[in-house]
Amino acid sequence: MSLTRLITLALAFTLFAAGPVAAQSVLRIGLNDDPDALDPTISRAYVGRLVFAGLCDKLFDVTPDLKIVPQLAVSHEWAPDQKSIVIKLRPGVKFHDGEPLNAEAVKFNIERHINTPGSFRKTEIGQISSVDVINDLTVRFNLSEPLVPLLAALTDRSGMMVSPKAAKALGDKFGLKPVCAGPYRFVERVAQGKIVLERFGDYWDKANIFIDRVEFVPITDSTARLASLRSGDLQMIERASPTDLPEIRGDSRLKVSGVPELGYQMIPLNVANGPKSKTLADARVRQALDLAIDRDALVKAVFNNEYIPGNQWVSPTSYYYNAKYPVRKRDVAKAKQLLREAGQPNLTFTLIVPPERDRQEAAQIIQAMLAEAGVTVNLQTQENVTMLTNGRKGDFEAYFTFWSGRPDPDGNVFTQSTCKGAQNDSHYCNADVDALLTKARQVPDPAERKKLYDQATEIMMRDIPRLQLWHRRVFTGYTAKLTGFTPYPDGIIRLRGLKLN
Amino acid sequence: MPLALYIARRLVVLVPTLFFVSVLIFSLQKLLPGDAALALAGEEHDPAAVAAIRAKYHLDRPAPVQYAIWMGKVLRGDLGESLRNRIPVTELLAAKLPVTVELAIGSMLIALAIGIPAGVISAARRGTALDATANLVALSGLSVPHFWLGIMLILLFAVRLGWLPASGYVAPWEDLGRNLTTILLPCIVLGTGVGGVMMRHTRGAMLETMSADYVRTARAKSVPERLVVLKHALRNALIPVITLGAIEFGRLLGGAVLTEQIFAIPGFGKMLVDGVFNRDYAVVQGVVLVSAGIYVLLNLMADVLYFLANPRLRGS
Repeated sequence: MSLTRLITLALAFTLFAAGPVAAQSVLRIGLNDDPDALDPTISRAYVGRLVFAGLCDKLFDVTPDLKIVPQLAVSHEWAPDQKSIVIKLRPGVKFHDGEPLNAEAVKFNIERHINTPGSFRKTEIGQISSVDVINDLTVRFNLSEPLVPLLAALTDRSGMMVSPKAAKALGDKFGLKPVCAGPYRFVERVAQGKIVLERFGDYWDKANIFIDRVEFVPITDSTARLASLRSGDLQMIERASPTDLPEIRGDSRLKVSGVPELGYQMIPLNVANGPKSKTLADARVRQALDLAIDRDALVKAVFNNEYIPGNQWVSPTSYYYNAKYPVRKRDVAKAKQLLREAGQPNLTFTLIVPPERDRQEAAQIIQAMLAEAGVTVNLQTQENVTMLTNGRKGDFEAYFTFWSGRPDPDGNVFTQSTCKGAQNDSHYCNADVDALLTKARQVPDPAERKKLYDQATEIMMRDIPRLQLWHRRVFTGYTAKLTGFTPYPDGIIRLRGLKLN
Repeated sequence: MPLALYIARRLVVLVPTLFFVSVLIFSLQKLLPGDAALALAGEEHDPAAVAAIRAKYHLDRPAPVQYAIWMGKVLRGDLGESLRNRIPVTELLAAKLPVTVELAIGSMLIALAIGIPAGVISAARRGTALDATANLVALSGLSVPHFWLGIMLILLFAVRLGWLPASGYVAPWEDLGRNLTTILLPCIVLGTGVGGVMMRHTRGAMLETMSADYVRTARAKSVPERLVVLKHALRNALIPVITLGAIEFGRLLGGAVLTEQIFAIPGFGKMLVDGVFNRDYAVVQGVVLVSAGIYVLLNLMADVLYFLANPRLRGS
């Protein structure tokens, strides 16, 4: 047989063998990245939460407008001093291995989150000092200090419950074969290839689960991810890029939805972290930088107006946004005047930017805008981990980063802005802000909390520890055959109610 | 048995080579700026959490101690676990090796199928339009960027025509047909690139042997031109092509990052790059060590093939 005939045969075989297969419905979701460990206790990457949404139910969830609602719980009640909370559990819930979800299981999980070495949940719920089992379906969490944001933590990985039996059996290998109480059970994982889940027959809310199988496929290249959506190999893509939008909108077989993210894009300024803080230590200098940036123009130029200009640690659509301080108009004259007053009319500083399209382009525009106010910005590209390490050490004047955002306002501001906050690379420290943000953790009433946050925001609008720039929209692209999809500001795809027609 | 002795001697050399590679990759990684523990912690900047990670993975120990701990495990067959997803590195390698090997073999087959015939034809018909066309095709295969060709092929065959899937690798033992469809486009992308190089080398080697005395003698004996080209010239011309093939094949086994990324194929390349960006030391070290071992073995295989292809070498 000649070589050409052999090749032709092989090709023909290949094409024929690819015939129709699916008897059961399969939803393939394109992820931007490969998730890390599939264990809620040690997971830290955002992308893993998309997989957990199918795998592991949580004690609570948030609604699209960020109200906290019960999921594996049915109700909760704070003690009057906010130092303990009683949670009633949903009856009849089973883990994927058939074990019951009861108060003992919740106690086990909370203790596992707190005591596992290398746990990333400890900082979220470490204030839980003990868990009391009141009866089979009721638990009480005792706190070392009042902490209202605790409830919001329980809507994420800290609230995810895993089967105690499986967790004990698998030990630190649990993430390789996770067993939870979500609508889908784990089938297999090919690292960097796919994660496969199948419908769990004993799910407590199985009447609302319609798709048999879900596969998560990490594709880092956004063009390839979009092509896979268009070819029908994927039915959904998460965090679609704004540059993909015209193509998705132009394709009648596809749909796209976008909601404002919970987080923000920012440039932390070195206020007091080591010798490099000298340049930007004066608040007037930082105000000048803030004034010289035209956020509307920036968002228009780089993101085709798909994102939202911002100046606070929550987006203007949030309940906790301080409306007294809207995004200001650019004022170059005022900026110049402030720089003169501070004695730094020819300010020069270095902005560190990771090698990533969005921030690189934005940095160049900011550089040009600041130049008009007489400020020389040197752009320095540093790979992400290097940049964050330098941020930590204080080896920076300004760097370009973001915060992914949390449903509770505390998660967006406390560790970033308090004197001892772990995220506070600027080493910004204001006793009044500290007191206000700490108080806000202890007040359950949203209106009362808002007053405290508004005061803190007011102070920070003067101090400008970081340049708050814009909020992305989280875009999800999906096939028009998919119905029942509701976008959430956390960008996590809820599988409940989804149907493929 | 000089051949067996030769192979044995080369295998012994493998040990210091791999040791050298392991030291090199270990120290180069330590030179990377950026804290592995911090990379792993992500948005979590809590000093206690970061310190716990550092202690768990011995990142707080001096580099030589870290190397000794790692080497000690490697010698016992344990390559450690991925810092990021906690999967044992041996398991990751075992899962990805077949994928990478399949991709490499498929690409190599395409490269050989294109490169050698095109090289032979263009040498035999030197200066004709056929030669020019073959050269043009080979050069475009060489110079077209892989990611661009990949995206174009996806847009044509997956999006426009819908003949082949755009992404989503399926293992051959799961569904052979789907496996072949998912691997075809990436093999074409890689194969055309390598094929261009093969064609140029085959052509060069052929031109050289075609002007050799023994070829002239063969022609003088009025051996048919077909036999002169294929039997007398090609066989000798294959020696440099085998070397090149082994090198290219080894390169393919080291992972084809861009192609793997575009087609979402879980191979070595993607694992290596993710490993570097996440400062996932154990993964990077494991991949490099195994790739280096394979590379050395392939070179050895190429040498054995010389023996078989060229009888003159057997005596020496």
